[in-house]
Amino acid sequence: MSCSRKDANAALLSNFEVFQLLTDLKQQRKESGKSKQSSGQQNLNTIMYETLKYISKTPCRYQSPETVREFLIAMKGHKLTKAEKLQLLNHRPVTAVEIQLMVEESEERLTEEQIESLLQTVASILPGDPEEQQRDSAMETEGRGSQ
Amino acid sequence: MFVLVEMTDTVRIPPWQFERKLNESIAEELNKKLANKVVYNVGLCICLYDITKLEDSYIFPGDGASHTKVHFRYVVFHPFLDEILVGEIKSCSQDGVHVSIGFFDDIVIPPESLQQPAKFDEAEQVWVWEYETEEGAHDLYMDIGEEIRFRVVDETFVDTSPTGPSSAEASTSNATEEVQKKEAPYTLVGSISEPVLTGTGEETAKDWS
Repeated sequence: MSCSRKDANAALLSNFEVFQLLTDLKQQRKESGKSKQSSGQQNLNTIMYETLKYISKTPCRYQSPETVREFLIAMKGHKLTKAEKLQLLNHRPVTAVEIQLMVEESEERLTEEQIESLLQTVASILPGDPEEQQRDSAMETEGRGSQ
Repeated sequence: MFVLVEMTDTVRIPPWQFERKLNESIAEELNKKLANKVVYNVGLCICLYDITKLEDSYIFPGDGASHTKVHFRYVVFHPFLDEILVGEIKSCSQDGVHVSIGFFDDIVIPPESLQQPAKFDEAEQVWVWEYETEEGAHDLYMDIGEEIRFRVVDETFVDTSPTGPSSAEASTSNATEEVQKKEAPYTLVGSISEPVLTGTGEETAKDWS
């Protein structure tokens, strides 16, 4: 193959960016109609469909460019590597054990309060499943009422 | 799990496509060539991100098509080492648990990277994790279709380009002409031997807090 690769790691992409790209591409192809069944396009159709199907089940489907930007700004103080921030963005962890999975040597680098504050930042900036969040807030008000 | 890869290639546009905009034809050709294909030592190509530079198009003697050198960026699936991914159990065998993420199927978690102690249930053809709590031993079956969270610990690229005539001679000397086993060009090895990596259910997280 004459294809040569200049930089195999020019940039890391978040699931959200790929989600946006594929959704836009799908829209474009739908609008320009015909000739999408031409033999060569089958591979692209397959990979787009499967990838979109997978990514749509991850937290990125609730994200927007603004939330991602806000998240990265909020993450500046925590001294995490790019890869770690990316995993937090893609997975939206809600428990301390999940943070420990994604952050290398977290016991040495983060105190319990820092992990707690990380979880708070993730939960508040990155949107989760709206149904779940409604359920959670309903449970909270119930708890308060019973006190 | 996705990266942007800068690549260069020469794209051939046949004359009957000259009426189309060059960028469109080139984008279509690149996707036709690379989408859903594994590039050796790069990863599984998903789709074109953008075209960064188009050099001059040339027409060579004997061929009416134009040839254009293109610099572009492509979205590639290539998880980094130690990345956490979520997939679905596709099947179990003696080699381990086979996981799929829909668009990519060649992920295997070998027996030694499963939560220990684990044993292979021959009757049901599933791997079972026997974990003990104060109440006694519990069996966690790794059923097909179950969601599983794992860490990427290794990757292998195999060059599956066709071999030349010299090696073909050697293989025909076999009495039984067996079809060469199809090797996956890109395989990932995963591990779930850490707490909270089995399943993505909340119960597991609560157990370990």
